[in-house]
Amino acid sequence: MQKVIVIGNGMVGYKFCEKLMAADPDRRFKVTVFGEEPWPAYDRVHLSAYFSGSKAADLLMAPLSWYTDNGIDLRTKELIVQIDRAKKCVHSHLGNIMEYDYLVLATGSSAFVPQIAGVEKKGVFVYRTLEDLDAMKSFGKQVRSAAVLGGGLLGLEAAKAVMDMGLQTHVVEFASRLMPRQLDESGAGILQAKLEELGITIHLNKQTSAIKGNGKLAGLEFVDGNSLDVDMLVISAGIRSRDELGAGAGLETAPRGGFVVNEFLQTCDPSIFAIGEAASCAGMVYGLVAPGYEMAAQVVNQLTQQKAKPFMGFDMSTKLKLIGVEVASFGDALGELEPSRSIVYENKDKGIYKRINISSDGKRLLGGVLVGDSSTYNMLLQMVQNDMPLPPEPEDLILGARGDKGGSNGMGVENLPATAQVCSCENVTKADLCGSIQAGATEIGALKTCTKAGTGCGGCLPLINDLLMVELKSMGKVVKNVICEHFDYSRQELLDLVKIKGIRSYDSLLDEFGHGDGCETCKPLVASILASTWNELITKQDTIQDTNDRFLANIQKGGTYSVVPRIPGGEITPEKLIVIGQVAQKYGLYTKITGGQRIDLFGARVDHLPDIWEELINAGFESGHAYGKSLRTVKSCVGSTWCRYGVQDSVSFAIQVEERYRGLRSPHKLKGGVSGCTRECAEAQSKDFGIIATEKGWNLYVCGNGGSKPQQTILLANDLDTDTCLSYIDRFLMFYIKTAEPLNRTATWLNKMEGGIDYLRDVIVNDCLGIGAELEREMAFMIDTYACEWKEVVNNPELRAKFKHFVNVEEPDPQVAFGPMRGQKIPVGWAG
Amino acid sequence: MLAEIEKYKKAELSSDIFWFKAAATNAFPENGGACVKYKDLQIAVFNFTRRGEWYACQNLCPHKMQMILSRGMIGSCENEPKVACPFHKKTFSLKDGKNLNGDECTITTYPVKVEDGFVFVGFDSHY
Ligand code: SRM
Ligand SMILES: Cc1cc2nc3c(=O)[nH]c(=O)nc-3n(C[C@H](O)[C@H](O)[C@H](O)COP(=O)(O)OP(=O)(O)OC[C@H]3O[C@@H](n4cnc5c(N)ncnc54)[C@H](O)[C@@H]3O)c2cc1C
Ligand code: SF4
Ligand code: FES
Repeated sequence: MQKVIVIGNGMVGYKFCEKLMAADPDRRFKVTVFGEEPWPAYDRVHLSAYFSGSKAADLLMAPLSWYTDNGIDLRTKELIVQIDRAKKCVHSHLGNIMEYDYLVLATGSSAFVPQIAGVEKKGVFVYRTLEDLDAMKSFGKQVRSAAVLGGGLLGLEAAKAVMDMGLQTHVVEFASRLMPRQLDESGAGILQAKLEELGITIHLNKQTSAIKGNGKLAGLEFVDGNSLDVDMLVISAGIRSRDELGAGAGLETAPRGGFVVNEFLQTCDPSIFAIGEAASCAGMVYGLVAPGYEMAAQVVNQLTQQKAKPFMGFDMSTKLKLIGVEVASFGDALGELEPSRSIVYENKDKGIYKRINISSDGKRLLGGVLVGDSSTYNMLLQMVQNDMPLPPEPEDLILGARGDKGGSNGMGVENLPATAQVCSCENVTKADLCGSIQAGATEIGALKTCTKAGTGCGGCLPLINDLLMVELKSMGKVVKNVICEHFDYSRQELLDLVKIKGIRSYDSLLDEFGHGDGCETCKPLVASILASTWNELITKQDTIQDTNDRFLANIQKGGTYSVVPRIPGGEITPEKLIVIGQVAQKYGLYTKITGGQRIDLFGARVDHLPDIWEELINAGFESGHAYGKSLRTVKSCVGSTWCRYGVQDSVSFAIQVEERYRGLRSPHKLKGGVSGCTRECAEAQSKDFGIIATEKGWNLYVCGNGGSKPQQTILLANDLDTDTCLSYIDRFLMFYIKTAEPLNRTATWLNKMEGGIDYLRDVIVNDCLGIGAELEREMAFMIDTYACEWKEVVNNPELRAKFKHFVNVEEPDPQVAFGPMRGQKIPVGWAG
Repeated sequence: MLAEIEKYKKAELSSDIFWFKAAATNAFPENGGACVKYKDLQIAVFNFTRRGEWYACQNLCPHKMQMILSRGMIGSCENEPKVACPFHKKTFSLKDGKNLNGDECTITTYPVKVEDGFVFVGFDSHY
């Protein structure tokens, strides 16, 4: 067992422990944590909530019991005073000595207090710990006014806190504007006006020279000769890393503070790491939690021998919380890092200022500032971080689409006739739904309750959602397309967060970006995003999957499952056909040729699934993913090998394409087809992507759909050679995965896309966004990391054990019952 | 079939409680459920790790009479813990069994306790 010591139990030190526990289920590491503060790690970011009534316990990152449950030895109120690198041990102020194999410095930082005459006076505070807040609270009761030194992000938060204590509040800033690091002049001006409205007095261009008072503070004196009388002062002038252990241990520290680390967060001693605000990486200390968490993750990866990404800097975009004015800045907020053009919208009357910076070639969003209305922050941030497509008129990003453009190609829900049946289970029309929305059912749950739409099979829910959005918009309501009550993000935003923050589990996404306990909407959605991003086996997080993905089979009436082995392109040897027949016979399965050119075996008991698959896998079959939102079949016709008209070998190509994308998780299922000539026997023009052979190569069609609202594909490009055709499909599918809403097939996705097929072609064929190579790389990763889920389960006794009906007795479900039909079996019908 | 539902009501706690030792805690996946058999009843038991809570209810979904709730996804709706049926996503409160989609059908829930690494479900001792 390896001994790991963590010095500092702040947010990042805690996150390190949490991530290590998750990555080390066999407990190969013995972890000891020293924390100077009297309580276990708490959420410093929400420290201000402590003023508005939260108790210390509410802020804890995890209760004390979490540490004991995980075998972590947490020692609060114990300060490490010395590191002995030669003996590999640490000394605490209590005289305890403890050895380590690995040492993690997560000592964070303290508030930076400038050298001003009189800072030691009573009434001067910093804003960093629960104890600081306790002290401020009790002192604040006796006084009437307070000043905050520093008009940055933290200073304004502190100002709000003292204002809420009922004190007359001043903010003193050295620079010529508030939040100088995040905002430009105009944005800061609007913010200032808003704060002044709230009753906060702002003093700019003020350098404090002394703190007046006789023992107890009485006011501030400025270099310009002016002064300000106040009873209390909160210093918020920046942070200084706590690197005091470095000198004694011979660990290098940066001139402006922080343990110097390389891109793998190692100090010069390879067994000592520094993370969070204690680390200085390429001369930079990151004063936000997200980069600290990323550092923690990378150190855990190294300790557990997983692949670690070098830490090469981190996005410092921020959103101001609490103050009562929405303020956000993202990316290159001030347009200083590369030549750029800005688009600005300012409305002094309403107190709104928005600015976006666009690259000089007009293709990428670089960053920007939002004051007064930050509702588009997440979306814009994602666009910057992913180099995502700018709309044809970039000003739409801050103004919203105006006029009658909007690229509607006449297929959106707004164009459905009022009589259109939206929910066929409950027979609800568009008119019924619109009526209920107008009558006040403005939320999906309420709409379902009063119309019953979407309460049957649920297949129409995405459509109902779209209708709700469109209808609300037309009623002049602001709508944000969030996925459910647990995440205030769209699918696309979540996907970007997962990618950028390197999040690999549902639980950590919920912890960091969501609230509550999750539900049947966000769990499978996130599962799909995680699969589309990391391509890890979905059985690792089985309880967030829909039942079909959890048991890797489609559930049927009566609670049995169906089994669909992959038969690429519909081609199968007689030997394999025989195996399917034998397996079906042995387990008594109903057998049917599907509409997708393969064979479905129905009526399998949950406890038989692994046995059935074991036999199929031994015969060379793989999962057909009939249960997943993923590639189903690539239908083929016989083509030039047999057919007298065929001009290309469509079967070989269909098999190649099907094997290329097998297992690929996506917002909805994917189907393809390859026809050997223009007679089109494979019905390729009704698939998500269809390929039709020509004399010169292949024509590629996209975004077709069968189902209840069939739609023809549209030609994307013609006469392609095989490689180009594949790279276009790579780009197309990856672009779809990254930008589509949940449960939208490619056809629906295209129907909603601004600019329609012309824009899509521009992205895929002309690479107008310059992301083609990246999309191909991402697809290559998916292809390289594919593994058959069923093979994994069959060979893993622990996973196999999950396939049973009862956990306390070895019996199948006694309720399962079948009746006969045409020489096979069928489940007895729905009762009740 | 209605008799089937009635059974679960009858086993609901009224006077004396009988604690049935169902299975070891690790038989139930984190933030998920599994099914246990008690006499002629099928009971879905949920290990709601995220909330540090345990719940039990009938395994039978009253919507189309499917023995399936233990394989449903759990979650919450405005802090009310719930399970969603895998078939048509009807959701039920794990606290009182109420249908949260506004339909009439409800399910019966049972108390759960954990002792010495085992999960116990409470039934009426006369059932
Ligand atoms: C087995 C099969 C019917 C058959 O007996 O032939 C079938 C069966 C089901 N289809 Fe299908 N579909 C089958 C071919 C099709 C086709 C034809 C095709 O693929 O060429 C279509 C129209 C083409 C298309 O998808 O664009 C089709 C359009 C649907 C839809 C509507 C999709 C849409 O975009 O509107 C659904 C509902 C959904 O996915 O939300 C659906 C959903 C289903 C589900 C998964 C419903 C469910 O959740 O239980 C059925 C599962 C049965 C099972 O347990 O295995 N099935 N389904 C076919 C399996 C094909 C395969 O080998 O994988
Ligand atoms: C009021 C406030 C609001 C904030 N808001 C945001 C925000 O909105 N967004 C954001 O991203 N960030 C915000 N931050 C910053 C964020 O809180 C920090 O980035 C984060 O807490 C850093 O975590 P850390 O673990 O590196 O350091 P810390 O949380 O400071 O933890 C370090 C711990 O180590 C202990 N320690 C130090 N030396 C020793 C030693 N020798 N022995 C034992 N223990 C030791 C310290 O006592 C401390 O408990 C805010 C900070 C404050 C104060
Ligand atoms: S059309 Fe598809 S979803 Fe509908 S009953 Fe047939 S197989 Fe099931
Ligand atoms: S059977 Fe449970 S919701 Fe329909």
